[in-house]
Amino acid sequence: MHQILEFSIIGLASGSVYVLAALGFVIIFKSSSVFNFALGEMMMIAAYLCFATTVQMQLGWQAGVLVAVVGSVLIALAVERTMLQPLLGKPVIVLVMVTLGVGSIMRGLAGLVWGPDIVQLPDFLPRAPVFIGDVLIPGRLAWGSLVVGLIAGAFMAYYHFSRAGLAIRATSSDQVTAESMGINIRQIFSLTWAITGVLVAASGIILGALNGITPTLGLVALNVLAVVMLSGLTSVGGVVVAGLFIGWVETMVGAYLGAAWQNFVPYLVVLLVMTVKPTGLFGERRIERI
Amino acid sequence: MDERAPTLRVPAAAPASAGRAASPPRRAVWQTVGWLILAVALLTFPAYASGYLLFMATLVAINVIATTGLNITVGYAGLLSIGHSAFIGVGAYASALLWIHYGTPLLFNIAAGAVAAFLVGLVFGAPSLRIKDAYLAIATLAAQYSLYFVFQQWTSVTGGERGLTVPGVDVLGMGDIGFYYLVIVVTVLLCIASRNLFRTRVGRAFIALRERDYAAEVLGINVVLYKLLAFALGAAYAGVTGALMAVFLRIVNPDQFTLLHSVFFLAAVVVGGQASTLGSILGAAFMTMMPEVLRDLLELVGSKDVAGILSPMREIIFGALIVTFLMFEPRGLAGLFDRLRVGGRRSS
Repeated sequence: MHQILEFSIIGLASGSVYVLAALGFVIIFKSSSVFNFALGEMMMIAAYLCFATTVQMQLGWQAGVLVAVVGSVLIALAVERTMLQPLLGKPVIVLVMVTLGVGSIMRGLAGLVWGPDIVQLPDFLPRAPVFIGDVLIPGRLAWGSLVVGLIAGAFMAYYHFSRAGLAIRATSSDQVTAESMGINIRQIFSLTWAITGVLVAASGIILGALNGITPTLGLVALNVLAVVMLSGLTSVGGVVVAGLFIGWVETMVGAYLGAAWQNFVPYLVVLLVMTVKPTGLFGERRIERI
Repeated sequence: MDERAPTLRVPAAAPASAGRAASPPRRAVWQTVGWLILAVALLTFPAYASGYLLFMATLVAINVIATTGLNITVGYAGLLSIGHSAFIGVGAYASALLWIHYGTPLLFNIAAGAVAAFLVGLVFGAPSLRIKDAYLAIATLAAQYSLYFVFQQWTSVTGGERGLTVPGVDVLGMGDIGFYYLVIVVTVLLCIASRNLFRTRVGRAFIALRERDYAAEVLGINVVLYKLLAFALGAAYAGVTGALMAVFLRIVNPDQFTLLHSVFFLAAVVVGGQASTLGSILGAAFMTMMPEVLRDLLELVGSKDVAGILSPMREIIFGALIVTFLMFEPRGLAGLFDRLRVGGRRSS
């Protein structure tokens, strides 16, 4: 029982990392219905930028985080401005293929610059384990998920209370009406990508600090996809619940069935959700005009 | 080689050339001549080609089949699949296992590979049909990883990481050349089949789905059935490629069926030209040859770690090709080819 509790808490903590990236995914999808398959690669590039600044250039970790966030935002904006905006209005499948292509380019670039081997970020999260009662949580995981919680909270507040957040919500509920109310929806698309850049950088760095960085770090994004599918593609709040749940399931399966199964679980969840409740647990049904 | 895809988005080039009085018969003649030259070239190719060229030609032809299949799913029916290589894997394992354990004839194995991939395609396609667009892409991604997991973990059947070693097949007692002819025949038949498919009710239904699925439904097309069919048919073509690939490379292991390979075929479709059989052929040839040319170039430049650079370079180029063609020439090489031809005729 004690062991189950311990695994559960570890699972929830590791699930929290997915939440951030999944939030980035959802706001892009909500506002512009672009399915961003390059999300994982954006995480990976941000983590590598942090590595390059902290380890290769020997600057402090604060500089590393700053470079990663700024770099990630710039990359996100560049992708959105140069590749997606010109294609607005094209069939969704074209936009999705473009993000796939972008992801492939990023993976290749990372492999070319940093090589295929795993690299480690320095320990900037405290290592000492944290005890809740007599349940032990690895220190980096505990602090990592605390940071995630803060960022996710800040994002939620921004999304719900700021003017820009309101504009994003208006755009996602109806683009034409939003535009006629004076919202520049192209700017909103760029804004959502920039926000995603920040969220993705944060989750990439934390994930990199936990597990090390390789060019295939982006494949974690598939777990993020599972989170998004489970919560429903359009639910910002549901993502939090779904993210924690997926992290928990994954850790439990990993602990009791073995690591190979752990990688398989997210896809199983995806297929199950699609079969049983395609809109996800908290998703809205979008009504389409013919 | 006139390959005008029956698409509703064809630009005004068609009426312009049809307006010329003399052109239709002349074009038919040239077309026949073109086909004859191609047939002669394909038939006599082994007589003067080196072993390496024969290998590459066979590989291109095998890849053409899977690209044609993916083009049915993505190009004609407008369903995005990013798990195509997993279905190639299903075909490869199915045919390799049959050949190893039961020694069934090659043609039977090829058919079995196609059927197996078709059925697995149905299984993975089914959940995504209640919803649209990117959902199928996610389902195919799930197929990619689930099937990879099966290939890798079901050690007693698939041989796990090491995979299966497949004994060679001697076609007509002619060795590699015989196999080349077999592959060419299968490829040509399947290309013609795909081309003709889009002159039938089923094929037209696929195109209607892509253009507007509600409208298609109003016209009495069973949307769910045809979507599933378009997806599974693409998977069946992949199964044929897998079956041929298993015998051709004589080894089947999970690492031949990764996401990179799926992106490879997607790039082939986009680069070649969506909704065009000529496009599938051009795209597959281009994409198969590109890494080889790249390797030669890298060696020419004298880079020391060719193998280490090649793999990331390939990913960059695959991605860049997809993005560039989608942005600047959505009809791919086939569209480029068409435009050059029409442009040339106008100036003459």
